[in-house]
Amino acid sequence: MDDGTIDPMTHDYSHELPFWRKYIFSTDHKMIGIQYALTGLIFLLFGFGLMMLMRWQLAYPGQPLPGIGTWFSENVMPGGIMLPEFYNQLGAMHGTIMVFLGVVPLAVGGFGNFVLPLQIGAPDMAFPKLNMVSYWFLLTGGVIMFASFFVPGGAAQSGWTSYAPLSVIASSGQTWWLVGMTFLINSSLLGSVNFIVTTAQLRADGLSFNRLPFFVWAQFVTSFLLLLAFPPLMAAGILQLMDRVAHTSFFMPTGLVVSGQLLEGISGGGNAVLWQHLFWFLAHPEVYVLILPAMGIVAEVIACNTRKPLYGYKALVGSTIFLGFMSFIVWAHHMYLTGMGQNLSAFFQVTTMIISIPSIIILTTLILSLWGGAIRFTVPMLFALAFLPMFGIGGLTGLPLGLNAADIHLHDTYYVIGHFHYVVAPGTIFALFAGIYHWFPKATGRKMNDFLGRLHFWPSFVLMNCIFMPMLIQGLAGVSRRLYDPMQYAHAQPTQPLNVFISISAWCLALAQIPFIINFFWSLFAGKKVDQNPWEATTLEWTAPSPPPHGNFAQVPTVYRGPYEYSTPNAKKDFWPQSMKETN
Amino acid sequence: MSDTAAIRYISHPHPVTGVTNSKLGVWCFLASEVMLFGGLFSAYIMLRTGVPDWPRGHEVLNVPLATLNTMILITSSVTMVMAWASLELKSLSKFRLHMALTVLLGLAFLVVKAFEYGHKFEHHHFPATSNFYATYFTLTGLHGLHVVGGIVVNTYFLLFGIKMWDKDPEQFTGRIEASGLYWHFVDLVWIFLFPVLYLL
Repeated sequence: MDDGTIDPMTHDYSHELPFWRKYIFSTDHKMIGIQYALTGLIFLLFGFGLMMLMRWQLAYPGQPLPGIGTWFSENVMPGGIMLPEFYNQLGAMHGTIMVFLGVVPLAVGGFGNFVLPLQIGAPDMAFPKLNMVSYWFLLTGGVIMFASFFVPGGAAQSGWTSYAPLSVIASSGQTWWLVGMTFLINSSLLGSVNFIVTTAQLRADGLSFNRLPFFVWAQFVTSFLLLLAFPPLMAAGILQLMDRVAHTSFFMPTGLVVSGQLLEGISGGGNAVLWQHLFWFLAHPEVYVLILPAMGIVAEVIACNTRKPLYGYKALVGSTIFLGFMSFIVWAHHMYLTGMGQNLSAFFQVTTMIISIPSIIILTTLILSLWGGAIRFTVPMLFALAFLPMFGIGGLTGLPLGLNAADIHLHDTYYVIGHFHYVVAPGTIFALFAGIYHWFPKATGRKMNDFLGRLHFWPSFVLMNCIFMPMLIQGLAGVSRRLYDPMQYAHAQPTQPLNVFISISAWCLALAQIPFIINFFWSLFAGKKVDQNPWEATTLEWTAPSPPPHGNFAQVPTVYRGPYEYSTPNAKKDFWPQSMKETN
Repeated sequence: MSDTAAIRYISHPHPVTGVTNSKLGVWCFLASEVMLFGGLFSAYIMLRTGVPDWPRGHEVLNVPLATLNTMILITSSVTMVMAWASLELKSLSKFRLHMALTVLLGLAFLVVKAFEYGHKFEHHHFPATSNFYATYFTLTGLHGLHVVGGIVVNTYFLLFGIKMWDKDPEQFTGRIEASGLYWHFVDLVWIFLFPVLYLL
C-alpha cells in the first residue's frame, strides 16, 4: 500500500483492519464522514452552550448565575457574575465554533464525505489518505480552539471577525485562535481539492453533469468557494500573526491611541481596514458555504418526499453556479461604515442586489417543487419544509443590510444577528437535521424514531422563531450586537423584556434537543431495521447496502437517467432508480 | 467484494477531463495558492499606496544577490523538467541526476536567502522596523517555506518514492509531473516577488 492507492479488489477492509484503522485513522470516506459529523455535532452543542451562558448575562445583567456559575473560576465569573472579558470570549468563540467547527464540518465534511461518493457511484474519495489528514487537521484546530479558553487571559475575545487593531493588542488567546484557524483553513483546503477531483473524475459511467443530483452540484460549487476564498483569510491570518508575534504593523495605523495612551513600540503605517477586506473576502463566500450544502440536502429530501421531479433543475444548477461566482464580489457590503468611499459602496450594493436573484430562484424552484406533489410528511420532510420559510425570512431581512442607506441604521445591531441566524440556525441547521434523519438509515441500516423526531421538530421550530424574531425588533430599536450590559444604554432598556424572553426560549430550545439526542443513540441500537432503500428514492446511494461496505457498491453502477425520476407516467412504480437499466 | 472497482484514473488520464486525479488535484491546490499570494500582493498594494513614502527596493535591498537567486530558481525549474523528461525517456539514472540537481539548487536558493536575511539583521533591519521590511520578510519568508516544502517532497521522491518506478512507472511519472507543477509555481511566485520587492 505504499503507493497510496486503495484497491478493494485485494483488500476487503471490513474484515482485515484493526480497530484503530477502521474507526480512528480510517481512510474510508464513510467513516471519515461520520467522524466529521460527530465532531460537528459535538461542537454545535458546545457552541450552543457558550451562547446559553451569554444569554444569562443578557437577560439578567450583573446577577450571579445560580448553580452553574460556581463551576467557573474566579478569573472569569467571580461569585457567579460574568466578567465583560469572559462575555467577549464567549461571543467570539460562539461564532468561530459554530461556523468553522460546527456547521462546516457537519455540512461539508460530514454529509459531503458520506453522501457525495455514494451519489456519484464512486468506491471512495479520490484521495483517501488526504481525506483522513483533512479530518485530523480539523480536529487539531478544534482542540486548539477549545484549549485557548484555558490560557492566561482566556480565549480570543475580538469577535469571530477578529477585527484589527483590537485583535492585535488582545491577550494570547488570539494567537491560539490564529493557529487554530490555520489548521481549519488547511483542513478545508485539502477537503475541497478532494471533493472537486472526486466529482470531476470518479462519477459512474453514464452520470453526466446533467444527471448529477443537486446535492452533488451544491457540494461541488461549495468546494470551489472553500478552495478559493479561504486562502485570503490565510494571508490575513499570517499578517495578523506577524503583527502579534513579530510586532509588525500591517494592521496598525500610525498614531494609534489605546486606552487614552499612544501605542508605542510599533512602526505604524498599517491599515486596519485591510484586515476587514481580507477577512470578508473569505467570510462572505463562507456564508454560501454554510447555505449551499443545506440547499442540496433540502432539494434531495423534497424531491423524494413529494414523489415528483424537482421543478427547474437546470435553473437550480445555473443559479447555484452563478451564486458561487457572485459570492466573490459582494464582500465589502459588510464594510459600508468603514468609510471606504461612496464608489466602492455603490458597487458592492449593486452586486449584493444581483446576488439575491439566484438565491430567490433557488428558493422559488424548491417551493414550486411542492406544487402538485403527493407530499409525505416524514420527519426529514418537516425539517426541509421548515427550511424554506426560515431561509426566506433570513434572505429577505438581508436586503436592507445590503442597501447602503438602510445599513447605516442597522449595521452591527441585533437586526444583523437576527438576519444571519435565520439563515444559519433555523435555515442551515434545520436542513442538516433533515439530512441526518434522511441518511441515518443509509449509515446505520436503521431508521430514527418518528415520534421522537416530531417531538424534536415542532418545539425547535417554534422556539427558533421565539429567539430570532425579537432580535430583529431589538435591532430596529438600535441595540448594538456586542453589548455586555444592555441596561447601560437608555435606548436599549425598553427592549430588555425581549432579552428575557429570548433567553428563556434559548434554554427551552436546548431542552427541545434532548429528544434528538435520545433518538440518535436509541436508534443506533434499537431503531427499526430497514432495507437499502427505505424512502424509495432514486439516487445511487440507495442502491448500495445499508450500511455500505468498503468500496460501497456490490457491482459498479451505471447510470441511465436523471436523478429525480419520480412518478414517471406509465411506470409500474412511482420511482425509477438512476441505475435501473430496464424500462420501468 | 471482487466486483467493486478500485479508484479510477490514478495513473491513466480521465478520457473527458484529460488529466489524472493527482494532476487535477495539484492544479486545484495551485489555484488556492494563487489566491493566497494574490491576497498578500493585494495587501502589499494597499499598504504601499496608503502611505506617503515607501522605500525603493533597489536602494535598500541587495539586487545582485536576488538576481543570482532568480537564476538559481529558473535553472532548478529547468532541471525539474529534465527530471520528468528523463522518466518519459525511461532513464532512471538521468532522473536521479536531475532531481538531485533540483534539490541542490533549491538548497542553494535558501543559503543565499539566509545570507541576505543575516545581512539585514546585522544592520538591525527587522520585520518590526517598517512596513517595507515587514512586507519583505513576510512575503519572502512564506515563499521560502514553499521552497522548503518543495525540497522535502522532491527529496522524498528521490530517495524513497522512487521505489514506485518498478511497480507503476506511469503513476510515478505522474507524481513527478505534479511535483514539478508545484515547483514551477514556487518559481513563478519568485518571478513576481523579485521585481515587486527589489526593483520597484
